[in-house]
Amino acid sequence: MDEHLKTELRKQGIVATTLQELYNWGRKNSLWPLNFGLACCAIEMIAASMARYDMARFGAEVFRPSPRQADLMIVAGTVTKKMAPQVVRLYNQMAEPKYVISMGACAISGGPFKQGYNVLKGIDRYIPVDVYIPGCPPRPEALIDALMTLQKLIDKQSLTGADRPRHLQAEAPSEFIVPRFGAHDLEPPQNPEVWDAPLVNISLAGTDDAGKH
Amino acid sequence: MTNSPYFPVLVLLAAGVGFAIAPLALAWIWAWKFSPRKPGPSKNAIYECGLESAGDAWIQFHPGYYLYAIIFLVFDIEAVFLLPFAVAFAGLTFAAGMAMLVFLLLLVEGLVWAYQKQVLVWS
Repeated sequence: MDEHLKTELRKQGIVATTLQELYNWGRKNSLWPLNFGLACCAIEMIAASMARYDMARFGAEVFRPSPRQADLMIVAGTVTKKMAPQVVRLYNQMAEPKYVISMGACAISGGPFKQGYNVLKGIDRYIPVDVYIPGCPPRPEALIDALMTLQKLIDKQSLTGADRPRHLQAEAPSEFIVPRFGAHDLEPPQNPEVWDAPLVNISLAGTDDAGKH
Repeated sequence: MTNSPYFPVLVLLAAGVGFAIAPLALAWIWAWKFSPRKPGPSKNAIYECGLESAGDAWIQFHPGYYLYAIIFLVFDIEAVFLLPFAVAFAGLTFAAGMAMLVFLLLLVEGLVWAYQKQVLVWS
């Protein structure tokens, strides 16, 4: 429908909408997060849901204790390798449509513990992440910003057509490989279907001034 | 039929059933038209705490708990009943005193039994 005509009608007190807009409007304003915190970022997440920052304004205050009832997984904190299988399994148990916010440096890349032997270097190695929030930890405002970004993403999703989101495509997977806690590392160390390893070519030739001083 | 005094009840009943069924039917039609079902082993798992369930749910529990139950009755419930008994002792009839005595004897029997079982031995 023509946007101009829609605004004209709106001025006359007539609301014209489509099924898709109605569907997305309903979904984006009732994002129920999974009650699930891993580390210090969870404290900021709790603060965001409390009265001062009040995530209820965005319809996202109903933290569900069961993945069956949740739409949004906020990976708030350091994902240890011991915990990663549980995180992925919880994501698998959530009903579609489901979204993931990767909150904080640890959930994105391992953060300050990236060099640690026991820390997963980013939850996006196993599950598809929709919004990343940098910070250590990000403030509640950052989480609210991420939520609004996710709402904008949901608003743009189309109901039909080839570019429709994953949950509307019958052949697209809803479950991802749950890694096993192996003897040395998680097996597999990443899910290649989800994670594209960034091609980084760090060359220190010529610019490496180590040892000169 | 519309003159029947039960007609509004019938209308309300139909409206109530419709109110319950309409959202379910809408959700079902929506799922059938747009949103494909995606069951899977993780999603269909019984437990939803992230961990895999281990073992069988049909296991036998050790019945050792009954010992704690008896000791709890002897020491805790007895005290609860003894306090009002002691407060109202002067005004009690003979029959009430006897009833209380029987109650106490029953509990003391439990204590003797627990003592014989050597539950009270602290090792």
